[in-house]
Amino acid sequence: MISELFTVTVLIGILASGIRLATPYLYASIGETFGQRSGVLNLGVEGQMLLGAFAAFYVALTTGSLWLGILAAMIVGALMGLIMAFVTVNLHAQQGISGIGFYLFGLGLSDLLFQKLMGTVETVKGFPPIKIPWFSSIPGVGEIFFSQNILVYGAYLLVPLAWFVLNKTTLGLKIRSVGENPDAADSLGVSVARIRYFTIILGGTLSGIAGASLSIALLNVFQQNMTSGLGFIAVALVYFGAWRPWGVLGGALLFSMVNSLQLWIQVLGIPIPSEIAVMMPYVLTILVLVITVSRVRAPSALTKPFERED
Amino acid sequence: MKKFIWLLTLIVALSMILTACGAAAPAATEAPVVTEAPVSATEAPVATEPPAAPAEPFRVAVIMPSAINDLAFSQSMFDALTRIQEEMGGTDAFEFVYSDGMFNVDDAAAAIRDYATEGYDLVIAHGSQYGSSLQEIAPDFPETSFAWGTTAETFGVPNIFAYEAASQEGGYVNGVLAATLSTSKVIGIVGPIEVGDAKLYVDGFKAGVATTDPAVKVNVNYIGSFSDVALASEAATTHIAAGADALTGTAQMVVGAIGKAEEANALWFGTQSNQTSLAPTIVVASQVYHWEVALREIITLINSGTLGGQSFKANLANGGEVVEFNPDYALSADATALAESTIQGIIDGTITITLP
Amino acid sequence: MKKIIQSEWVSRLIDASLPVFAALAALLLGAVMLFLLKVNPIEAYKALWDGAFGSTNAFAETLVKATPLLLVGLGICISFRGDVINIGGEGQMIIGAILATWVGLNFTGLPGWLVITLSMFAGFLGGAIWGGIPGVLKAYFRVNEILSTVMMNAIAVQMMNFLLRGPMIDPSQAELASKIPQTARLLEIFRLPRLAPTRLHLGALIAVILAVLVYILLWRTTLGYRIRAVGQNPNASRYAGIKVQRYVVLALLLSGAFSGMAGATQVFGVNYRMITDGSSSGFTGSAGFNGIVAALFGQLHPILTIPASILFGALLVGANKMQRVVQVPSALIIALNGLVVVFVVSSEFWRRRRQRRRLAAAKQNDESPPQSDPEQYQQVESGA
Repeated sequence: MISELFTVTVLIGILASGIRLATPYLYASIGETFGQRSGVLNLGVEGQMLLGAFAAFYVALTTGSLWLGILAAMIVGALMGLIMAFVTVNLHAQQGISGIGFYLFGLGLSDLLFQKLMGTVETVKGFPPIKIPWFSSIPGVGEIFFSQNILVYGAYLLVPLAWFVLNKTTLGLKIRSVGENPDAADSLGVSVARIRYFTIILGGTLSGIAGASLSIALLNVFQQNMTSGLGFIAVALVYFGAWRPWGVLGGALLFSMVNSLQLWIQVLGIPIPSEIAVMMPYVLTILVLVITVSRVRAPSALTKPFERED
Repeated sequence: MKKFIWLLTLIVALSMILTACGAAAPAATEAPVVTEAPVSATEAPVATEPPAAPAEPFRVAVIMPSAINDLAFSQSMFDALTRIQEEMGGTDAFEFVYSDGMFNVDDAAAAIRDYATEGYDLVIAHGSQYGSSLQEIAPDFPETSFAWGTTAETFGVPNIFAYEAASQEGGYVNGVLAATLSTSKVIGIVGPIEVGDAKLYVDGFKAGVATTDPAVKVNVNYIGSFSDVALASEAATTHIAAGADALTGTAQMVVGAIGKAEEANALWFGTQSNQTSLAPTIVVASQVYHWEVALREIITLINSGTLGGQSFKANLANGGEVVEFNPDYALSADATALAESTIQGIIDGTITITLP
Repeated sequence: MKKIIQSEWVSRLIDASLPVFAALAALLLGAVMLFLLKVNPIEAYKALWDGAFGSTNAFAETLVKATPLLLVGLGICISFRGDVINIGGEGQMIIGAILATWVGLNFTGLPGWLVITLSMFAGFLGGAIWGGIPGVLKAYFRVNEILSTVMMNAIAVQMMNFLLRGPMIDPSQAELASKIPQTARLLEIFRLPRLAPTRLHLGALIAVILAVLVYILLWRTTLGYRIRAVGQNPNASRYAGIKVQRYVVLALLLSGAFSGMAGATQVFGVNYRMITDGSSSGFTGSAGFNGIVAALFGQLHPILTIPASILFGALLVGANKMQRVVQVPSALIIALNGLVVVFVVSSEFWRRRRQRRRLAAAKQNDESPPQSDPEQYQQVESGA
């Protein structure tokens, strides 16, 4: 049975599933990366995702437009980000704890709206897979990489884009300097508050899209607490990726691939308890980090509110 | 600048919450299911009430682990109570309140005790994880009747009823159908964790498949969660990639799997609630729990002074379980006949389901 | 603002009541939501109050809810003071509970007090292991503790699910088709004694005693001093000869141990067995997360965490009561809790500003600074 794991069907299955499962993580983790690079820890990602997932689904359901759904998710995510930014930047609130508050708020409100506006589980026609001409007909590779839906492609395009913004633009430089040494950045005329507002709102927007990618792209339903801890994994993956978009991509892919591997292990009937299989992605993520000891430091000002010395 | 941000944020925050709830309020009246019981209690007309109706309504409180609209376990109870309410003549005769999302056993225990203190006639703890709490609480309220499920265990306490669904029966019927309809001879199952009602259904399903066609391969996937719809959907995709053309699954996260079955045009067999609405083209049949069968008996017993000590089974024979076919799915005459003879066989005992 | 000279006492009272006002503001926003759901907010909040403080039994329920919050919170005081963010409370509670339950079910020949003691110790140990692993990973392998504790939570849940349906399942359930995933019940002599004719159990008292001990640990022992020193400035600590890595491990290990105790007291004081619904919060009631909130409301001070836990417990218990009385979906309750957390944590801003002003005023008047030391604040800020 174990040898069946190495057949072409299974390998293609694992890779294609892994690519899809990584999608929500990528949006949310890249957003969180921007936040943390500027010195803000947002533990409320899960709440933003849930509200985004609901907004996207509800708007898509009522208007029939998936793109309006995405827009709604972005707006809701950005609003959550805006409030979060106000609380952390202007009120200097403890970031860990306010994040937990935003998580609870999003968890509750999305469910409440779901119950009151929809009442029952419904379905929409989600984003269909787009077969990229020519590429999608390459055996294996085509199915894995070039037959996914638009939000999946978007997530992977986001990675180089985020890398470029963070490392090759003035904005990126400002973000990093605010996260490393806000005092110095401030004295050079960079507005710490404005940068952090920007990154937190961006993070919220991306978390909103992450939610939408679940409810109207990977799936076609909304259900209470449908993220089921995904948002917290997304935060963890930022640490795995050591605050770099490519690292985050690696973490998201590793976690998701192992997750789809464990689904296959069960499907092929390899005799291990299902719980052990389910544990695998969590255990392996830690193990990989243990083996590849990282030398990258966290941004120095992470979680530290900035106060200008008057 | 600072003041501006302040103001802006406050306005946005407020408007967001207000529009959210504002939008919620009118919709709430349109969808009466949720708020009906408490709100319209006083408005219901009394004129047409039959004279036999008791002066005091029968009052029920129910504690459920997930949401009342989960299209699964909790909803099956909520729907049953709604049906009982209709049967008995509305809120004047039958009133019920609920606590949903009581996944935490402690919180549920507090709720059970509180409802008992409030003098409800019957307190239903709808989840097998609540039994232990009930065993503690029931003896303190000898005048109140309690019921819990799914189980047969009443702990020998005189005011505890128990109810359980023979979910293997509907599972068996679904399994027989799936084995017949599958052309690839591979069937996939998506489950939460390997216990209780879910395991019972899965075992019954497997037994049904095995008796119909031992050559059919059944792949099972427990995803370790009741809420991870994304993983449930990937589990379905995995089954399909492994060749399955018929799928089933149990618990509330399977709504994620049904969509994948639809995309791949694989068949779906539902359980707990009727899942046809989620994918009208591919859902063949759903096993639906009709807890009202047990509830009716419980209520009759309570009214005659028996507060517990008995256990009830919802099964195909007593109508507590019904296999509801999707009218939009063109099931062949042969398959329909097979399903019906299987149901009949289970009812009259000619088919016995052997569980592992 | 003009310089107003207030007595120290009044200032402190205002400081202490700020979070309460913040919570009230959040509830006011909640009132609007309730109103829109066609529920009378006054009736709803009266139910909330009654549910939390309305009767002896209600208050006892509040304390029962507060007990795991306090225990987890004590652990959080230690780890956050050591600048280690432990969000693995859920998993640590579960492992602590599993180990404690195992002791309780397997040493049936021993006297009750001994088994209870051993079980509490087992809970402590289980949590310590589950907290110690991320500690070692952080100190020696540079694995971030937020990542490892999140992952360890998920692993603990799966372990619980496996053990409760397999090796540790209630023998009577093992024979039934329904197979409820739960352990056998603890013998009556092994249960934590109740303190009143309510559900309030000895665990609450243990937690309060431990709060005092944690205070002593943090401020009266070398170990505590070093944990705090490492948390404040690891480099300086290293130069001062403190083995930083060791104290990082200890901070997480102790933090986990208290969460493990919380798990053990839930089993031995409340449920008398372990049951799983497949998720962690089914068993913990999210105390592993809420304990963090309680500790931070208590300004990471073990003694202040006591009232903070009680207030937060009251909110949780009262909100459930409110759900029952006015029949709103439980989702509203969760959203409301979130609002309260955000508002209370935001109110810190004004408290801090008042403190700074007081300090400035004190300097100007050339007096000695007020006792509420600003240094404590710095630590709070660098904590999370």
